[in-house]
Amino acid sequence: MKEHKINKTYQEINEKIRSGEVVVVTAEEMIDIVKDEGPVEAARRVDVVTTGTFAPMCSSGAFINFGHSVPGIKASEVWLNNVPAYGGVAAVDCYLGATQPCEDDPLNKVYPGEFNYGGGHVIQDLLAGKKIHLKATAYGTTCYPNRMIEKKVTLETLPSATLCNPRNGYQNYNCAINLNKKTVYTYMGALKPRAGNANYCSAGQLSPLFNDPYYKTIGLGTRIFLGGGTGYVTWHGTQHKPSADRTEKGVPVTPAGTLFVMGDLKQMRPEWLVGVSIQGYGCSLAVGLGVPIPILNEEMAQYTAVSDEDIFTQIIDYGHDYGNGISKTYGQVSYAELKSGSIKLNGEDVPTVPLSSMVKAREIADILKKQISEGTFLLGEPQFTLPV
Amino acid sequence: MYSKILILRFPGDVVHKPIVCSLVRDYDLTFNILNATVFPRKEGILVLELYGTRKNFRQGVSYLKEQGVHVKNAEQEIKRKEEKCTHCGACTAVCPTGALSIQRPEMIVNFDQKKCSVCELCVPACPTRAMKVRPTNYAFFE
Ligand code: SF4
Ligand code: SF4
Repeated sequence: MKEHKINKTYQEINEKIRSGEVVVVTAEEMIDIVKDEGPVEAARRVDVVTTGTFAPMCSSGAFINFGHSVPGIKASEVWLNNVPAYGGVAAVDCYLGATQPCEDDPLNKVYPGEFNYGGGHVIQDLLAGKKIHLKATAYGTTCYPNRMIEKKVTLETLPSATLCNPRNGYQNYNCAINLNKKTVYTYMGALKPRAGNANYCSAGQLSPLFNDPYYKTIGLGTRIFLGGGTGYVTWHGTQHKPSADRTEKGVPVTPAGTLFVMGDLKQMRPEWLVGVSIQGYGCSLAVGLGVPIPILNEEMAQYTAVSDEDIFTQIIDYGHDYGNGISKTYGQVSYAELKSGSIKLNGEDVPTVPLSSMVKAREIADILKKQISEGTFLLGEPQFTLPV
Repeated sequence: MYSKILILRFPGDVVHKPIVCSLVRDYDLTFNILNATVFPRKEGILVLELYGTRKNFRQGVSYLKEQGVHVKNAEQEIKRKEEKCTHCGACTAVCPTGALSIQRPEMIVNFDQKKCSVCELCVPACPTRAMKVRPTNYAFFE
């Protein structure tokens, strides 16, 4: 006897995508479908549910190969538009991290610093077709005698550029408040004193990992929307923590799973990889990411029907506790409450501030839906799924 | 009678001095407060329309500067570069007037310039640098 009433394979769904018969809906549309028709009917009818998220994702960057020069160089230090990249990879390979500020940045000397230009901005400038000034220095060897090169590069002239983000798409994130007496500027945005505002950063019901909470369809080889192009999940992201506490429906109530993603930068777009400056904190990259979830059975239909009312997170103090490693929650709130514009904290209303763009998240889910419906995006079957 | 909208920024160390009182008493100026906020580290921002004779006005402004107040003409405006805005919402944490607000349930971030007091807090708070200060009169030339 089979475990599920509906059973579909990746191959069957891809066949439907090729023939144009596939039924694709977004994670938001799926909520009502499952509510009205039940998971079994929904799974019979719907083949793929698309998700999306667009927010600053610090653990992002790109491997860039800038081509050999004559005489050759084995670069040990590399700068792109004066932003240091890690040169200890190979002769002309480097890794440019999104959070690296440019060399002469005043940082937080005058608090809160502005962090106007960093690695994330270089990535966006490359995608916008801008010329980037590259400088590399070396100690010189017999095979690579050159000690310094400077040149202008563009995305087109670079032999290869690969977006490689070790941790994206966090499954859930804290809601940040500040119980201090003065405003603090954090990676969770500006937080006014005495819990003047509560900031959160997740697309909630549209967010990829909330729609597949036990990673039953996501793993090495899952094809995704990444930065406006196509990318892949290649591993579980750093700090992946599937053991986080969960609700009855399996939704983690604290930060849990994460994704390691990659893709060819050359086919990505500057609207979907946006360099950002986070006041008082640093530079980063806002990443557009979308994962299609195959509805293999009614269980997946049920998971993808998750709504903001079912998703909860913890209120954490970033004025003092977080920086000092104190993990104390000041309450649990749902994303439905967070998105309503205010939450209750000890009986008082606290206005909420999103940091993750729902407008862009929806756009991503819609783009993926269109691509799959039109047959230009096939599902990638994972070799193995993320650790649970 | 001469009048102008000014944005006064009071650094933390001068915020408690009764500076505006002296403006009235010693320089015979009257004012109308359009916006007042005291910020982190006690920095204060006051947007006011100041009335008086041209001479008193000029002297009053030099007095403010001597006291360590940053004085700026409000004939500037804040514009949003729409193509840069990602509708993240981060700016709504700092906007004191509600000029930047969220339209629910779509979660679109709207900018209503009529409500903007030109306090400029959103400029560094916007991660994509979509909020820009511009002198108003430039609009005629664009
Ligand atoms: S912070 Fe900037 S990008 Fe975000 S919603 Fe406000 S104006 Fe738009
Ligand atoms: S300058 Fe920016 S923060 Fe200040 S009122 Fe205008 S929109 Fe709001």
